Amino acid sequence: MTAEAGLTPERLTHLERLEAEAIHIMREVVAEAENPVMMYSVGKDSAVMLHLAKMAFYPSPPPFPLLHVDTTWKFQAMYALREKAAKDAGMELIVHRNPEAVEKGINPFDHGSLHTDLWKTEGLKQALTAHGFDAAFGGARRDEEKARAKERVFSFRTENHGWDPKNQRPELWSLYNARKNKGESVRVFPISNWTELDIWQYIHLNNIEIVPLYFSAPRPTVEREGMILMVDDERFRFEDGEEPVERSIRFRTLGCYPLTGAVESEAATLPQIIQEMLLTTTSEREGRAIDHDQAASMEKKKREGYF
Amino acid sequence: MADSEVIYETDALIAEDIDAYLEQHQHKSLLRFITCGSVDDGKSTLIGRLLYDSKMIFEDQLASLEADSKQVGTQGQDIDFALLVDGLAAEREQGITIDVAYRFFATEKRKFIVADTPGHEQYTRNMVTGASTADLAVILIDARKGVLTQTRRHSYLCHLLGIRNIVLAVNKMDLVDYDKAAFDDIVSDYRDFAAEIGIEDFLAVPVSGLKGDNIIAKSDATPWYDGPALLDHLEMVGLDFDRRRKQPFRMAVQWVNRPNLDFRGFSGLIASGRIAPGDAVRVLPSGKTSTVARIVTMPALGAAEGDGDLDHAIAGQSVTITLADEIDCSRGDVIAAADAPPEVADQFEATIVWMADEPMLPGRPYAMKIGTNNLRATITDEKYQVNVNTMEKTPGKELGLNGIAVCNISTDKPVPFTSYDDNPDLGGFILIDRITNATVAAGMIHFALRRSQNIHWQAIDVTREAHAEQKNQKAKLLWFTGLSGSGKSTIANLVEKKLHALGKHSFLLDGDNVRHGLNRDLGFTDADRVENIRRVGEVAKLMTDAGLIVLTAFISPFRAERQMVRQMLPESEFIEVFVDTPLEVAEQRDVKGLYKKARAGELKNFTGIDSPYELPENAEITVNTVEMTAEEAAEYIVEQMFNGS
Repeated sequence: MTAEAGLTPERLTHLERLEAEAIHIMREVVAEAENPVMMYSVGKDSAVMLHLAKMAFYPSPPPFPLLHVDTTWKFQAMYALREKAAKDAGMELIVHRNPEAVEKGINPFDHGSLHTDLWKTEGLKQALTAHGFDAAFGGARRDEEKARAKERVFSFRTENHGWDPKNQRPELWSLYNARKNKGESVRVFPISNWTELDIWQYIHLNNIEIVPLYFSAPRPTVEREGMILMVDDERFRFEDGEEPVERSIRFRTLGCYPLTGAVESEAATLPQIIQEMLLTTTSEREGRAIDHDQAASMEKKKREGYF
Repeated sequence: MADSEVIYETDALIAEDIDAYLEQHQHKSLLRFITCGSVDDGKSTLIGRLLYDSKMIFEDQLASLEADSKQVGTQGQDIDFALLVDGLAAEREQGITIDVAYRFFATEKRKFIVADTPGHEQYTRNMVTGASTADLAVILIDARKGVLTQTRRHSYLCHLLGIRNIVLAVNKMDLVDYDKAAFDDIVSDYRDFAAEIGIEDFLAVPVSGLKGDNIIAKSDATPWYDGPALLDHLEMVGLDFDRRRKQPFRMAVQWVNRPNLDFRGFSGLIASGRIAPGDAVRVLPSGKTSTVARIVTMPALGAAEGDGDLDHAIAGQSVTITLADEIDCSRGDVIAAADAPPEVADQFEATIVWMADEPMLPGRPYAMKIGTNNLRATITDEKYQVNVNTMEKTPGKELGLNGIAVCNISTDKPVPFTSYDDNPDLGGFILIDRITNATVAAGMIHFALRRSQNIHWQAIDVTREAHAEQKNQKAKLLWFTGLSGSGKSTIANLVEKKLHALGKHSFLLDGDNVRHGLNRDLGFTDADRVENIRRVGEVAKLMTDAGLIVLTAFISPFRAERQMVRQMLPESEFIEVFVDTPLEVAEQRDVKGLYKKARAGELKNFTGIDSPYELPENAEITVNTVEMTAEEAAEYIVEQMFNGS
């Protein structure tokens, strides 16, 4: 079979179309929302989002702040990149930590799913309400999980930040309805149509800076219940008989370090990471503990306001 | 079963030469397509098969798929591919897809985004949504059943949304023993129907989603079929962007980029054509011309400012351009090739697909978004509705959920546009309910109505201000609203007497009186009530233009229409007077005996009984007739009128 009739410079590649779509979406939000914000989790998807935002508004800096809903349990390397990335982009960085979770010392070792509920779900709602943000960019993708495959690009939230999957606004062409009543808000997902491969390839093509933890290196680890955990700081709690073991590992997703499983890997460059990802046999969210509880857990969390 | 050797080669490339693979993947084009059919047609199975055969399913997903298949699947011990695709918990329980879901897969040549939408008639709006961004539609037919009503519906909707590539996938060929005659009969039936609704061309493929025949590769089971396998066709078919690229340059301005006084860039997504520095452009609707100075993008890391500039850009790209001249241009304007600008108009014929439970009412104002323009629009005239199952045209006044109608629509200001057929980005629009902010309709412009081009507003030398000044007053519209029997007319009458005594020039428009003349053709359905208020609003506006203080006494039960009249007038001239009387009290008074009749069922659509009254949220004046007499209320209103302004 012959190749598709000539890919010339006069035809856009799929990445160019995805890039154009994401930029279009970001500009619509800035044009129509009163007080937008970009959720920034320091992960690879956030890195792409930030890059797209810089492109969308160049030569102006992106006309909104970055918001990091912190749990205090992220990897140290994430905190380091967070500060640098915001500074490089010329954007204000807002860090929110749920005061209730701070006070109660909520942590992933003792509190299980309460850790996510309080730091992330509640923390996010608090931050959005406190700053009066009426539009929040998120880096969720439709290929990540079944419930996300149906979410709109402009996802409307009630005053309590709830999502009603049965009552979503129809979204046609590239026309986004950003209208809302006072107190209501929209979550906006400009990279909805990107896949994990697209993200990696885009990072590769554009030399986008990402947290070094995505690249393989020898790191102190503990293996527990089939997950390899990294001993990232002195707060790590060893169980009886556990000793940190140095392994060559990297992370496919980044979250709170005691909840994020690493994979043993030698992939130290982007092409190697992509190669490993394509040949691997487990999907991206497998490394995160959050999804394992029940089949429809993500949908449930989203209804409650989790990003 | 079909062999998936195409995919195998890709795997080998990933393992052996990742850089070569990345190079290949980087240059893939993108095809978006929609699959139409019911659960019974094997739609989810077909998509599941495409994902599975193109290795988009990971091992952990496969493990859970195998477990789910045994537990809730419909294929016995075999894998039920449909389970891969069914997303939300509610859908899994019901066993149907209730929304639009988007799936992704890639082959060596292309990346694909599949819009998976439900097929039942009550989900027409979901299908329309999925079709709006699709380059191609795969219409599934069960080989045992042939062309059904739903096949016609799906085809009509895809055609309506402008999809030019139609693939007829005759599925479940395994269940008719791969019989050529069965296939040919279906194709022949479909060809007759397609011609009727204007589908010029389509490709028919005999497939089996379950067994994989003619999906990834040609199947040995259908030696008589000489066309491509489904996936081959998806990889080769032309894209809509190829067509758009050849049209004249057009870009709706999204945002004006103004970091400092020296830079003014216009950002937008190029809807059609090609642009390069030096090209002559025209800004619509103003018609001002200039030339493109730069196409600005962010330079690569470490490169100098200006290094990112493009020597040209094409349809589908998001760009920021600067112009050689300082001309007015802002969000909502369209920058176009100077010698081929789009039309500008404020009245159109369009096809409307209604997407809300609450019906469309001609005359009611909706928010409209077209391109980057936010306007106000009303449907002035519903020409006919289209039955999506039979394509029959029938007259109608309202339009319910999933209804489709050809309508005239009028906007509050002129807007640059193209026909939808030419370009969906500049000819497709949505209508939004102004109270709930829900997207209630999708629309596709056919053409501008000539009357909007030929009737111009006549400028009058004696202005409305001059009229009012001569009467030594300011024009006002006192809009009394409240339940039947609340005392609107009585109080309005007393207010007018007081105004008259004060030497003011006024006029009272009473609901009952107007219905004897101007509005005698109107009844009491929701649609007629909206039209009633629209006409009264227009008459009241003309009277305020003449400098009068106008008083109106109408139930005017809907917020949207009161808002509509408010927006016809300059700010501060509209004074909403809410005559607040509880239903029990109004019903007890029942001056005209109407509540009694309504309760007995002799009077339909009676406000407060079987038709809603939407309470005013921001009335300028509220009078409570339980606490005040009519005289006191009138006194209070006059006081407020002259104290307030």
